[in-house]
Amino acid sequence: MATVLGLYNYWIAIFLMMAGFYVVIAHGNLVKKIVGLSIFQVAVFILYISMGKVQGGSAPILAAGVTSYSNPLPHVLILTAIVVGVATIALGLALVIRINEAYGTVEEDNIHSQDEPE
Amino acid sequence: MLLSFLAITTIAVVRLRDLFAVVMLFGIFSLLSAAIFVTLDAVDVAFTEAAVGAGISTVLMLATLTLTTRTESPPRHGTLLPLLVVCVTGGALVYGTLDMPRFGDPQAPIHQHVAPRYLQDSPAEIGLPNVVTSVLASYRGYDTLGEVTVIFTAGAGVLMLLGAIRRRTACCDDTGKGGSAVNHNLVLRVVAKILIPFVLLFALYVQFHGDFGPGGGFQAGVIFAAAFILYTLIFGLAAARAVASPGVLRVLSALGVLLFAGVGLAGIFAGGDFLDYGVLASHPVAGQHLGILLIELGVGTTVAAVMIMIFYLFAGRTR
Repeated sequence: MATVLGLYNYWIAIFLMMAGFYVVIAHGNLVKKIVGLSIFQVAVFILYISMGKVQGGSAPILAAGVTSYSNPLPHVLILTAIVVGVATIALGLALVIRINEAYGTVEEDNIHSQDEPE
Repeated sequence: MLLSFLAITTIAVVRLRDLFAVVMLFGIFSLLSAAIFVTLDAVDVAFTEAAVGAGISTVLMLATLTLTTRTESPPRHGTLLPLLVVCVTGGALVYGTLDMPRFGDPQAPIHQHVAPRYLQDSPAEIGLPNVVTSVLASYRGYDTLGEVTVIFTAGAGVLMLLGAIRRRTACCDDTGKGGSAVNHNLVLRVVAKILIPFVLLFALYVQFHGDFGPGGGFQAGVIFAAAFILYTLIFGLAAARAVASPGVLRVLSALGVLLFAGVGLAGIFAGGDFLDYGVLASHPVAGQHLGILLIELGVGTTVAAVMIMIFYLFAGRTR
């Protein structure tokens, strides 16, 4: 039981990661794929932040009378990763819009069938 | 318990075919994860996730949906093989976690190396209460410079993909995308006019108070951009472009990166290392304060300008 509770956060993170991974490989719609990619990203964020938590610790803003803080390093890494993530997602969505203009569809199967020589 | 909500939302996202609902659920998903970050003591991260995930990326995805299709066609391949791959990978990862230190364990290896040093020495070396800001801007300033450059590059990429052609049709489309439907709603216009100054003020507070409380350049930039996005949604693209023209935004997005790198170079000229702020003023701690203030300003400028620019490009695109 202690094992399950101690690893619950990691397992949920892995579940979310795999759900995102499944969307990316199993779905043909490009917008849906990008949503899957975002879910994968958030799963990685949760994994990192869970590792940084210290039981009984406080947020890493120094204050008098507080002795135990959570680890600030994962927070820094993930803080920047979120903003970089939205920038790359925007780039992906821009590519989707251009693909839609060029092919008239965002379904992967239709794009492949248009690319094949007659 | 929040984590279980997150899992349920994810299942719904995977199952649904209506992409509009999927995007809305994704916004909820982001907000839930922000709540989880608060419970895990990562207040700065929660701040960013709430502004970015539930705000900007949802708006960008909705803009993409208006330009493409709203429903997803059913898959033609079997879903068995992907499901098998995912289960095997997930099983391997779960097996890997069995050796991991338990959640919240203060003896875990991650808490033994640099983290205690940041927590113990940063008051004397940097003198700021918010350790996250100290690490972000000073100890790992080089990383942050790289990340700001990535954001700038992504903005330039979107500009190249969506900005080049059809710009003329976009600029003459008076109401713009999204503006026309809510353009004449009096309540929305008045509420937005009251709300936007406070959002901008809050962004500035987050920018300059980031040294002491949760906040900083990344969060402030995103909130600032959110205020502009709100303005664009209510008053139309043409009105927003009159306030902040795309040309100005392009210059600002580059200027932020240059300010960051310039502060780094100033450290070299003052006799220190690249991004060493201690030499910028007579006292090392005062130098750190000055350096962090300037580079956070650079970060905020670039993030805000790139986000607004990306939104303009998405919104200005006509079908």
